[in-house]
Order: sequence, then structure tokens, then C-alpha cells
Amino acid sequence: MKKRLWRIIIGAIVFVAVIIINLDIKWLQVSLYVVSYIIVGGDVVLKAIRNIFKGKVFDESFLMSIATIGAFLIGEYPEGVAVMLFYQVGELFQSYAVDKSRKSIASLMDIRPDYANVKKGDELIKTDPDEVQIGDIIVIKAGERIPLDAKVIEGSSMIDNSALTGESVPLEIAVDSVVLSGCININGVITAEVTKDYGESTVSKILDLVENASNKKSKSEQFITKFARYYTPIVVVIAASLAIVPPLLIGGATFSEWIYRALAFLVVSCPCALVISIPLSFFGGIGGASRKGILVKGSNYLEALAQTEIVVFDKTGTLTKGVFNVQEIIPTGISKEELLELTAYAENYSNHPISTSLKRAYGKEIDNGRISDVEEISGLGVVAKVDGKKIMAGNIKLMNQMNIPFFKGELAGTVVHVAVDYIYSGYIVIADEVKVDSAKAIKELKAANIKHTVMLTGDNKIVASKVAKELGLDQVYSELLPSDKVEKMEEIFSQKSTKGKLAFVGDGINDAPVLARADIGIAMGGLGSDAAIEAADIVIMTDEPSKIVTAIKISKKTLKIAYQNIAFAIGIKVIVLILSALGITSMWAAIFADVGVTIIAILNAFRALNVRNL
Amino acid sequence: MKKKFVLEGLGCANCAAKMEKAINELDGVKEATVNFMTQKLVIEGEDEKMPKIVQEAEKIVKKVESQVVMKKA
Repeated sequence: MKKRLWRIIIGAIVFVAVIIINLDIKWLQVSLYVVSYIIVGGDVVLKAIRNIFKGKVFDESFLMSIATIGAFLIGEYPEGVAVMLFYQVGELFQSYAVDKSRKSIASLMDIRPDYANVKKGDELIKTDPDEVQIGDIIVIKAGERIPLDAKVIEGSSMIDNSALTGESVPLEIAVDSVVLSGCININGVITAEVTKDYGESTVSKILDLVENASNKKSKSEQFITKFARYYTPIVVVIAASLAIVPPLLIGGATFSEWIYRALAFLVVSCPCALVISIPLSFFGGIGGASRKGILVKGSNYLEALAQTEIVVFDKTGTLTKGVFNVQEIIPTGISKEELLELTAYAENYSNHPISTSLKRAYGKEIDNGRISDVEEISGLGVVAKVDGKKIMAGNIKLMNQMNIPFFKGELAGTVVHVAVDYIYSGYIVIADEVKVDSAKAIKELKAANIKHTVMLTGDNKIVASKVAKELGLDQVYSELLPSDKVEKMEEIFSQKSTKGKLAFVGDGINDAPVLARADIGIAMGGLGSDAAIEAADIVIMTDEPSKIVTAIKISKKTLKIAYQNIAFAIGIKVIVLILSALGITSMWAAIFADVGVTIIAILNAFRALNVRNL
Repeated sequence: MKKKFVLEGLGCANCAAKMEKAINELDGVKEATVNFMTQKLVIEGEDEKMPKIVQEAEKIVKKVESQVVMKKA
């Protein structure tokens, strides 16, 4: 690339010198133009000749050679050299830009671990992650990248997984935590047992996904390649007829005048600016998204996302945390604390998720000595003696069986009714909590022109409508079996326009068929979940629903840039073609149109990579 | 069978598109993609025709852009 740059600079100096000095001796001036032409574009002409022998005629070096040599033949020497000069500058800039963008994406995705410290006896051996086996013991020191997915067996530390999730808050880990490859160990030394080989580890999967994302081409890219296929031959044919037909038919028209116009056509006949700027934009968009912890599996999905009309959410694990927590404590005749304490004690021996959440809400050490005569009644609840008092904690059926009158209002969530010594003492409501940013996500989706937000859930109607109301969702379908979900999706599909897209957001567990049926399947909490990465088109590494909004914004920005480039490049080229045909413009304008458009389109495409403010 | 290659020196987006089109037209190729940005060629084709496909693909690559080197990824 340096050699090329020098050739361009020397050629340009000679060229400018010839123009400024303006020799009177015609043959000397012409030969100096030829010299600068050869310095600048000799390789292009050589390549064109070589390609002709290989049976390839209409490539860009051929077109440029014809255009410039043609200019020489009709005596337009400065044009000939200038066209070649600017063409070369454009080419150089192009390869520099592409190289730069390839590198910036590569550095973005620089999560590949270089080595693993494998523990063999008392020794630590630096090993290629590829060669480490499942079950090997590895040691990760402070500042090192975790080479393979593993389970911590010794030590504790903070790890930084921002490279994978875009989330900058470090994660605390201790013995038995699962650590994922690609994350960085911040402080302590940890010893861990490898659970997956390198090929199956998170880091390989993510790299593979991002690197292959642009294989699936977007519609705009397909359009441009198709356009390019026809554009060049058509322009060349028009150029040829422009050079020959008018001088023969129109009286007074000279060949040199019309050949000049035709040559300007050849200069703008190369579709490269277009063809390069579209994949460059999408590549940037996908790269930018992955920096935010959003993995897009193909340019086509990034494109489709901008047309999303309906977003369908799964409830548990997507909009809610999927963890049960005590929501309300409503005592009758005793204090809140007492009610919770007695219930937590009564439920102490049960391993049911409800009991766990009660004990978590109570938060204090439980003194087993205070509990006696525990009896768990399956499907109903628990009866136990706490401090000598008979505590009954359970559902409606338990209260009915014990003939205890209880609160009968509608409640959202699982309700534990409690009676102390056969006297009703109140109830505790336990429910799944909505995620902190769910409501914000729905609000922002609406601001981003999403027409309809829907929630599907297997949960009961009261819980579902409470969550839907709290979050501001438009529609909710509850009490669905997994198989019903696909059916409901079909129903929702009929509500969207033909151009609009439907996105489904789930956690990748149990909803693979729905993810597949949607136009765009988005899986949340992808970090560490192979199922989610496998099933979805777009994977959000963290479990924040608001990332969907970010993804849509990135998609819209990328698409806008791609469309701008298409319109701009085609527009300028068509204008120059028309002006050249009419003889209003010159070859100078044509070359500026060609190279200038390429450079501007590429610079514009670079903007797609910048997603910081989205 | 799917095979991946790196196209070193791939410099022109239009050429990448030309290669992709020509390789897709080869006998036995199910799907071929040339990714200009990552300089990668992925060919999915019938197992028994694969050696021939790879040979032909290499010829196509050379014909479109002679300086490109096709390497196994």
C-alpha cells in the first residue's frame, strides 16, 4: 500500500509540474504526460491487458484504461492522467478504509484467549486453549482472560464480562460459580475445572457468530449486487453508441466531441462505491451492536429489525425475573413481622420455591428448636407447631379443610393464607417480580414506533393482566400451554401489515418453536445459554429488555446509512451521466463524481460502527 | 458438507459478488457465500463433488482477482 502511495505522489508531482510549466514544445509535453500516466496507472493498464487474455473484459481496470487511453487519443492529455490519478487515489482510500474497518471490528471482537494455565501436579503449564480437555484444572490469575468455560473450585474474585455483554458492572464469583470464556478476571486468583472444550466454549461460539453474521446478506446488499451486474454493461453499451451514433447521424457532430462524452460515461461506469458501502455499513452496524452485547446473526436480521411493527414477549424470565419473591404481607390481628416470621418458621422444612422465597424475605437465622410437629400436606400447605402455637400455612383448600374463614378477594400471584391456633391471621402474596427496566423498554419501544406490544404467558389471568398493566403492554394472552403459544402467534401475525415484521422475545428456554416462527427471534440472557444462542436470530447477552430498543435503534441507523449511500451514489452517477451525454460536464466532473462518491459513501458507512449514544 | 476458506487479498466488493455468483452456479453447490468484509468464502455442497467444487472455485477466484490467495480456514 505504501508503494502505491508513493507512485501516486510522484506521478502527481510530475503531472502538476507539467501543467504549471506549460512547455511550448508539444512533443515534450505530451511525453511528460505519458510518463506521469505510466507512473500513476501503468499497473492498471497491465492488469487490464492480462484480464483480457483471461477472457474478462468489463472489469474496472479495463474500463479505466479505455477511458484514459481514449482521452489521450483525442488529445485530452491532462484529463487522461487526472482520471487515472483520481481513480488510483480512490482505490487506495477504499482499501485503506476497508482494512481499517476490518481491523476495528477485529479489535472489537478481541476476546480470543491466547493461552490457558493448566495445572499438572504442582506445575502450571501455558497451553493453547484448543488443547485443553474437559475436566482439566486451570488457574486464572488477576488480569487474565478466562480461556474456557469452567466451574470455580477454589478462590473468589470479580470478573469483567463487558467484552461479552457490554455491561460494565463487574460480577462477583466464588466457589461453584460458572465462569465463561472471554471474560476477564479482575483481582483474585481462581482455580477452575474446565466444563467445555474450546470449540464449544462461549468465546468460540460468539466469535463464530459475529464473524459469519455478514454471510447472510441483507436485501439492500442483494439489490446493489444485482444492480451492479446490469449497471456496468448498460453504461458501457450507451457509451459505445454515444461515441458512434451521433457523429454519424447528426450533421456537424464530431467524433472527438462525442467520444469525449462517451469516455466520461466509462469513468462513472464502475459501481464500486455502491457495492462496497452497503456491506461496510452492515458490518459496522453488526460490530457496533456486538459492542453493546447484542449479537445479530445476519445482516438480513439487522435489516428486518428496523421494520418491526409488533413485539411479542414471553413473560417469565423475559419481562419478569423468573424468581419468586414476597410481594405483599397483609396481617389480620398480628403484626407484619410476626406473620412473616411464623410463616417462615412453619415452612422451614419445605423445599418448595414458595418456602424458599418466604425464608429469603424473613432473612434471619431460623432456630429449629422453636419448631415441632411439622406436617406437610401435599397440594395444600404446611401445618406445624412454632413456639407451641399451631400454625397453618397454605392455599384456599387448606383453609377450607380446616374450616377457617379467610380473605376471598382476587390476588395476583400465589397466596399463602395463615392461621394461628385456628384463627385467621392474614396472607402473604408471592409473585415473580418484573425486571427493573421492563417498563422503560416498553415505553421506549412505543417511542420507536412499535405499533403493538403483546405478552404471552402460561401464568394465570390475574397475574398476567397485573404485569401487563404495570408495564403498559397493549395485549396479553394468559394461561397458555407451550403449544398454544405458536397458535397465538399466528393470530398476532394477522394483525400486522405485509411489510411490517414481528419480533418475538423469549429466554430461549422452551420457546424455540415460537422463536423460529417469528420474523425475528430474539433471545434474552444469552450469556451462558447455548439454547438461546442456537435458537434465536438476535441474541441479547444480558437480560435487559431495554437492549431490544437499542438493537432497533442500531438497525434503523444502519439502514438509514445504507439507503443514504444507495440514493446518493446512484443519484450522483445518474446526474453525471445525463450531464455528460448532453456535453454540459467534463471528464473532470465525472472522475470527481466517481471517486468523491466512493469516499463520501465509505465515510458515511463508518458512522454505522458508532453506537455509543444509542 | 460445508467448507470454509480465507480469501487473502480480496480487495474489491464487486469482485466478491462476481465470485459468489459464479461459484453458486457450479455443479453440486448448494450455497456459496463470499463475505467481502471478513474475506471468507463458505461453500456448502454435495460431499462427493466437493473436491471438484473446491478446484473450480479456486479457478474462479483467480480469474476474477488474480492476486487473491485462497486458503483453508
